[in-house]
Amino acid sequence: MDHKASPLNRKFWTPGVYVMLVFMIAGFLAILARFTGGIGYVSNLSAARPWGLWVGVDVATGVALAAGGFTTAALAHIFGRHSYEPVIRPALLTAMLGYTFVVLGLLVDIGRSWAIWKPVFFWNTNSVLFEVAMCVMVYLHVLYFEFIPIVVEQFKDKVRLPGILELLNGPIEMFLKVADVVASKMMWILIILGVVLSCMHQSSLGSLMLIAPTKIHPLWYTPIMPLLFLVSAFAVGYPMVVFETTLVTSSFKLDSEMSILTPLTRITIFLLGLYMLLKFGDMFVRGTYVYLLDGTYQTNSFIVEVLFGILVPWLMLVSTKIRQTRIGVFTAATMIVFGVALNRINVFIVGYTSPITEGGYFPSIVEIFVTLGLIATLMFIYRFVVTFLPVLQAAPEPITSEEVSS
Amino acid sequence: MQLTRRNFFKFMGVTGASAAAAPSSAQAWQSKAPPDPYGCLVDLTRCIGCRKCEEGCATVNKLPAPVKATCDCTVFEKKRRPDVNAFTTVNRYFSGKLDVLDKPSPTYVKVQCMHCQDPACVSACISGAITKKENGTVHYNVDRCIGCRYCMVACPFEIPAYEYHDPITPEVRKCTFCFDRISKEGGLPGCATICPVEAITFGKRETLLKLAKQRIKSDPNKYVDHIYGEKEVGGTSWLYVSSVPFSKLSFPELPETPSPKLAETIQHSLFSYLWSPILLFGFLGGMMYKFDKKDENTQDKGGA
Repeated sequence: MDHKASPLNRKFWTPGVYVMLVFMIAGFLAILARFTGGIGYVSNLSAARPWGLWVGVDVATGVALAAGGFTTAALAHIFGRHSYEPVIRPALLTAMLGYTFVVLGLLVDIGRSWAIWKPVFFWNTNSVLFEVAMCVMVYLHVLYFEFIPIVVEQFKDKVRLPGILELLNGPIEMFLKVADVVASKMMWILIILGVVLSCMHQSSLGSLMLIAPTKIHPLWYTPIMPLLFLVSAFAVGYPMVVFETTLVTSSFKLDSEMSILTPLTRITIFLLGLYMLLKFGDMFVRGTYVYLLDGTYQTNSFIVEVLFGILVPWLMLVSTKIRQTRIGVFTAATMIVFGVALNRINVFIVGYTSPITEGGYFPSIVEIFVTLGLIATLMFIYRFVVTFLPVLQAAPEPITSEEVSS
Repeated sequence: MQLTRRNFFKFMGVTGASAAAAPSSAQAWQSKAPPDPYGCLVDLTRCIGCRKCEEGCATVNKLPAPVKATCDCTVFEKKRRPDVNAFTTVNRYFSGKLDVLDKPSPTYVKVQCMHCQDPACVSACISGAITKKENGTVHYNVDRCIGCRYCMVACPFEIPAYEYHDPITPEVRKCTFCFDRISKEGGLPGCATICPVEAITFGKRETLLKLAKQRIKSDPNKYVDHIYGEKEVGGTSWLYVSSVPFSKLSFPELPETPSPKLAETIQHSLFSYLWSPILLFGFLGGMMYKFDKKDENTQDKGGA
């Protein structure tokens, strides 16, 4: 595949973008309410339920679904599968934006947002959250550094600022050249470091709840939770790339890249199979299958997670017939993404009950608006970046005579 | 990829050294509990539900006066939890026990931070804002707090409360064990000072355990044979004895394993001296080098 990644240079303001803008404004207002009235004013959080939608979705699910970044980097750059390179840049962009929004979500959720830097100086190495926070912080920087070559490629030798800013052209040009040299020299370290940091915090996210054995439903509380989180992050990485690439290529009318996506799903059969094996094995070893028929909403959520998020998509991918159709691959990938997202929601929200103050939790409308607003902003920036920077590599679909004439 | 042979071997060297150091670093988990902490023994058979302890707590901790301080009836209609403005609360339970006149006899239960020996909140706290002091206190230092509320997730007793309505500088609030008072010679917590029936006994935890055992032994018909807090989550500084099984009084049933043990064991066996990340880094570096080399070879062949 010789086609180089390039900016899309399409019209930016489409109806879809306006919809995103509406959610962004709603989210902004919700965040404004959070920072004037306090978390208690806008959310359904309490002493019995200190973590809700923001931690369960914005942080835990966000990190899991950004796994496409390190899994594709490992495949193409470390294990030498260069044919997958076209999906690396979009996956990197998703990871970079995903982690940025994990941090933004955290800033909304933690009570003293302005104190977020404190763990850098005040260490508690016993704390799982400390390790997760340090890894996420370093990894976010790694992702930004990994992105430098894409920016440099677009602007090197082309910096033409107008008017008085002309004076800055020289220095910026210099800066880009230095950044280019430094980044390309360090790139191999960054790529390996990114994979290592990802393995560390993806698994540690699973260790977070180990400290609360009496609060997490036994269907999820297992000492191998960190392993399950790590393997499910591996398993969801490529499906997330498939999910996203299919959405992007169909929305921008680009070539569907099935030649890359189909082999990616073959790897997924193995990774998802391994996850399934661990998940079922854990259930049988600990005997937690006794809960399966008790009909509570927690158990039902577990059944949906395992059935529609793991078993059914795995069987779909095993079938050669389904694996070779675009819609089949997309459906299976979407279900896997859904399954891992639901797993994180189950561990952090559905499976959590305080044995003292029982009583359910459902996020308030403002909590939901914050989350939707953050997701909309992420998509908005994604669209902005792929429009103006060389991220996507797919060739346009051949039938474009009408578009050419217009 | 810009992985030169020299860099590669440099990293392999580091990897080898750290891999060699790894087994010695993975030690068995050890309790960090202070050896001779203070504690309080609450004897529920003595408590008459006067709620003077709530009043004493509010006074010494400069909290608002307790709700319905003079009323001894309606306040018990609802079970109250400790809150940002009340570090301790007393609740009433009718467990089916009858008094001499065959009327239901109430049991009153004072609730506050248990000051665990190996506290889950201390292990969880991202920035070390919560610490277990030598005198037994589980102490909160707001200057380090970022408001992540992981302590609240971790606490098996659902104790830390949070100033949810403060948008910028909320604090975690809970019983302080009157740290400043008990740090002084002869100092007592506010609640223990004021209790008119000596339901709360302050002292060294070891002494209190002996006292509790003695009380149970001297009147086995009155007490259930269980000191709540002796073994729960590895032991707590606050201890309870009762005539009614604790499960009927909203005391959570807890394992004897200290809450932090599993998570800390996993974390430290994986990440002590960062041995596993460094090993992984070396392995992936090796892979990258190997596949790069393979690429070069195939390219050479293609060129020739």
